Amino acid sequence: MIKKSVSLLLLALVVSLSFGQNATLKGVVKFKGEAPKPRLISMKADRQCDAMHGGKPVEAEDVVVNQNGTLKWVFVYVKEGVKGKYNPPAEPVVLDQQGCWYHPHVFGIMVGQKLEVRNSDPLLHNIHAMPKKNKPFNIGQPVKGMKSYYTFTVPEVMVPFKCDVHPWMSAYAGVLDHPFFSVTGDKGEFEIKNLPPGTYTIEAWHAKLGTQVQTITVKAGETKTIEFTFERKK
Amino acid sequence: MSEKQSKFHGLLFLFFFITGMILSVWVVLRNGWWLPELASDRETIDKIFVTIFIIAGILFILSELSLSFFVLKYSGDPNRRAFYLPGNTKKEILWSILPGTLVVIILEISAEFLGGASLWGRIYGEVPKDAFLVEITGEQFAWNVRYPGPDGKFGKTDPKLISTDNPLGIDISDEAAKDDIVFPAGQGILYLPLNRPVVFLIRSKDVIHSPYLPNFRVKQDAVPGMTTRTWFVPKKEGEFELACAELCGLGHYRMKLPVVVEPAEKVEEWLREQTPAADLYY
Amino acid sequence: MSVEHAAVEVHHKESFLTKYIFSTDHKTIARQYLITGIIWGVIGMILSWFMRLQLAYPNQPMPFLEKILGRWAEGGILKPEFYVALITMHGTIMVFFLLTAGLSGTFSNYLIPLQIGARDMAFPVLNMLSYWVFFAASVVMLISFFVQTGPAGAGWTMYPPLSAIKSAIPGADVGATLWLISMGLFIVSSLLGALNYITTTLNYRTKGMSMWRLPITVWGMFVTAILGLLSFPVLLAGAVMLIFDREFGTSFFVPGGLVVGGQPVPHEGGNPILWQHLFWFLGHPEVYIVLLPAVSLVGEILATNARKPLFAYKVSVGALIGIGALSMIVWGHHMYVSGMNPILGEVFVITTLAISFPTAILIFNYLVTIWRGNLRLTPGMLFALGFLGLFIPGALTGAFLATAPVDIQLHDTYFVVAHFHFTMATAAAFGMFAGVYHWFPKMFGRMMNDKLGKIHFWGTFIGVYLIFFPMFFQGIAGVPRRYYSFTEYNFTSQFVGLNKFITIAAFVAGATQLIFLFNFFWSMFKGPKADKNPWKANTLEWQTDSPPPHGNWGPELPVVYRGPYEYSVPGAEEDYIPQTVPIKVEAK
Ligand code: HEM
Ligand SMILES: [Cu+2]
Ligand SMILES: [Cu+2]
Repeated sequence: MIKKSVSLLLLALVVSLSFGQNATLKGVVKFKGEAPKPRLISMKADRQCDAMHGGKPVEAEDVVVNQNGTLKWVFVYVKEGVKGKYNPPAEPVVLDQQGCWYHPHVFGIMVGQKLEVRNSDPLLHNIHAMPKKNKPFNIGQPVKGMKSYYTFTVPEVMVPFKCDVHPWMSAYAGVLDHPFFSVTGDKGEFEIKNLPPGTYTIEAWHAKLGTQVQTITVKAGETKTIEFTFERKK
Repeated sequence: MSEKQSKFHGLLFLFFFITGMILSVWVVLRNGWWLPELASDRETIDKIFVTIFIIAGILFILSELSLSFFVLKYSGDPNRRAFYLPGNTKKEILWSILPGTLVVIILEISAEFLGGASLWGRIYGEVPKDAFLVEITGEQFAWNVRYPGPDGKFGKTDPKLISTDNPLGIDISDEAAKDDIVFPAGQGILYLPLNRPVVFLIRSKDVIHSPYLPNFRVKQDAVPGMTTRTWFVPKKEGEFELACAELCGLGHYRMKLPVVVEPAEKVEEWLREQTPAADLYY
Repeated sequence: MSVEHAAVEVHHKESFLTKYIFSTDHKTIARQYLITGIIWGVIGMILSWFMRLQLAYPNQPMPFLEKILGRWAEGGILKPEFYVALITMHGTIMVFFLLTAGLSGTFSNYLIPLQIGARDMAFPVLNMLSYWVFFAASVVMLISFFVQTGPAGAGWTMYPPLSAIKSAIPGADVGATLWLISMGLFIVSSLLGALNYITTTLNYRTKGMSMWRLPITVWGMFVTAILGLLSFPVLLAGAVMLIFDREFGTSFFVPGGLVVGGQPVPHEGGNPILWQHLFWFLGHPEVYIVLLPAVSLVGEILATNARKPLFAYKVSVGALIGIGALSMIVWGHHMYVSGMNPILGEVFVITTLAISFPTAILIFNYLVTIWRGNLRLTPGMLFALGFLGLFIPGALTGAFLATAPVDIQLHDTYFVVAHFHFTMATAAAFGMFAGVYHWFPKMFGRMMNDKLGKIHFWGTFIGVYLIFFPMFFQGIAGVPRRYYSFTEYNFTSQFVGLNKFITIAAFVAGATQLIFLFNFFWSMFKGPKADKNPWKANTLEWQTDSPPPHGNWGPELPVVYRGPYEYSVPGAEEDYIPQTVPIKVEAK
């Protein structure tokens, strides 16, 4: 008993020490060229959804170019180079369905981590996940407040989610066996913390604009800044 | 036959059917449970329906009441013997065949004479030249709607081109496709012109669906891999509902498309305001 | 009582295993089918309760549901995908496991050898095999309730692509595979049974039992067996093709270019309508496979208890054969709006009109049979009368659906649900109940309780009307079938209140079945002992012991001298003359 707790303490010490020396990777994802007109989604056929948006169409999130010329909803993650095992955090990742829309549109999740899919709308949604490597699932949530939980068993970038009841609803999950990922937001920024020193392949993934990779090397305690630039494909 | 049989069962049969019939008529009339209000030119369907309903209703009452009456009247009595019918005289054979035949003739042939066959031929025959075309494509669990635009022709589609931007896989290089007006699944409602023949071209992207417009007496399966067709003339202005009538999955029960019938000019005008495919699918 | 039991056991020296489990005796096999069928019936009924609860109380949490169904009713709300699985399993179980295997399996097995004066089936081992293959089918179907993605969920008609593409609905995953395997086994079992019934009827009739002296029951079972033999293999072929589409990448039923859940499907060149043809080529005869045994049991029971010859016996038999033959060419009336060639639609209107002739004749003959009879109102007789009372609205509403243009409106609505529950479902179930009450004394050597039987009848008869009659009006108003809730459309939501009423009726009618179950199992052990011929009936089975010994007859086979329906013959001493009574040359 005592032995065990001592060794646990030691382990904690080692871990915190090594974290102290870890690097941080940050940066922005830029968009080059003229921002495309956002696709408008009108929810006319489903009166309830339409009412939640005051009868106005909603802008699709496939290509969101921020005010500062950066790109939203890019999944930036370490593709290669991670060593060691990482345990998933206990708290679940939440995918909310609200206003006949997925929140968030893109997210990362660890293998073994719980995904909580929530229905905040008083109507039917179904969560239809179509992974290639993990087990697909398809489940209906007919009433408000329903929650379903899933865990993924193998890394997979990306797992698409769709609501068949509202075919415009789409979300993507990056499933990884380590915690080194980030999703760009309204400023187009990403940040990956606690990266042990080493050489990594970093990939930036966008649903419509494809992927880009960079190879980087980080030293202990360093904060490294990189940049990705996406362009409209012709 | 040793024991006298109780009259209870015969009486209960009679009581059940008589009160049941009266109650049903009362409840149905009170709540107006009937065919939904007719809004198309398919009144023949209603006519045949009502005819069969009356004939079948009378036959139902007659046969259930005679059944009940027989049970009451002929319930067993040890002092009596059943009336013996030997089984195979010519007269018996005739009597057994005749009423059944008559019933069937009355019931069904009369229905056909009311124009069933010719309506069928019309629905599936030639469509009128000046018809208003709409393409309805089912997908789990919503309807894509496409109008052909000013040229009156639908552009080519190719499943390989299907994406979130282009849910029908329209081949924009096709001239006929450029002016098509598309509402992706769940994003549009169906506008139909009053008093003008409307042709539905019906398709499906995944499983079998079946657009069903109760008020228009229209139903035609959407079969993946083929285009089915039906046509009718909307005769009433207003808002209606299109439902899915073929089990297509867990959202089948709410695969709805609102339908609005408006004067033809209004629909035309509204169509002109919509963005054509060429400006949408880059 | 125990002494008597012991005596019976000494009679045939068989081990428990060969007597009750792997028995080749047609009577034991019949009882095995009956009990398995009853178990399936109870399961099917419980499934219908879950559906009815959902339809009556949509979107209202019922926490006890979560206790029973677990993840299928999270938060006490039934999942829509599970509702679809429920209708699929309810339909499949009721049609195939209860009313095909349970009904034909029980009564063809029990009655054919006994009523034709044979000692057993032509191929007793095949017969045993037939039951055990059915048992295996049952086990596979049961297992499918416990797989992760749930049991099959594409309707009992299993239309592809919904049933062919695994991601289209959870019930199209492993559940559908198990469904197909189970149905394959089921069909093999039915074919083994049918072969036996046909051979036995043709070759094992005792002396004097000409075809025109066969009771109508045997005719019914015989025609049913032929129908099964002709149509089941087609579904078997279809099921194998569907398995290939699902597992081995063929494309019999799945066309190219499909996109499911946003992902392209790797199939091309198939045609979904092909399945519908294959399915209904069996599926329509199937409803007669369900119905004809019931009709024929009812005819027999009506004549016996009306103490009157069956009216126009030969015409009735002809009608049975006519229905059987025509039922093979009407399948297209299920497909008027399927996208099938509309000219074919016209053809099927005509064949469907044609099949209503023999049906109308048969029902009319039955009515005339009780006319001026001397009715003995046993529970069996009441159920037979109830069969007529239910079949009549069922058959009449068929006239609407047969007329193609009207079917455009009514197809796949609750009108159809009401129609087939009257014609096929509850009418056949009433035929089965009638048969059980009537032949129970012969099967188990004891009488069932009369009072309980009558209460059971009235509860069920009135219950069925209250459940299904209102559905005609829901259908007329346009409510589509297989809907998880009626709340989404204006034209359906008017019935949310009526649905509560129907659901209450379903529970009351269901509870009434407990009376039957109690009566059945209690009487099996505790009922008063039955005579040889408690109903004073003419047919052969009533001339031997109740229950008949192994081998059915004593050392000599019975000899038949007359037809089966000589009731109330003028001048005769009794109001019945068994088939074994020689015709006296009467001194004039
Ligand atoms: C206990 C009485 C019964 C009740 C309360 C009941 C109720 C139901 C309900 C609620 C449905 C689903 C309707 C829908 O959502 O479209 C259904 C479908 C069905 N029932 Fe029953 N039922 C009963 C007995 C039977 C019996 C005895 C049969 C025997 C053949 C039967 C055969 C079917 C079939 C074939 C379907 C269609 C399944 C499908 O759509 O795939 N039912 N029943
Ligand atoms: Cu949704
Ligand atoms: Cu549907």
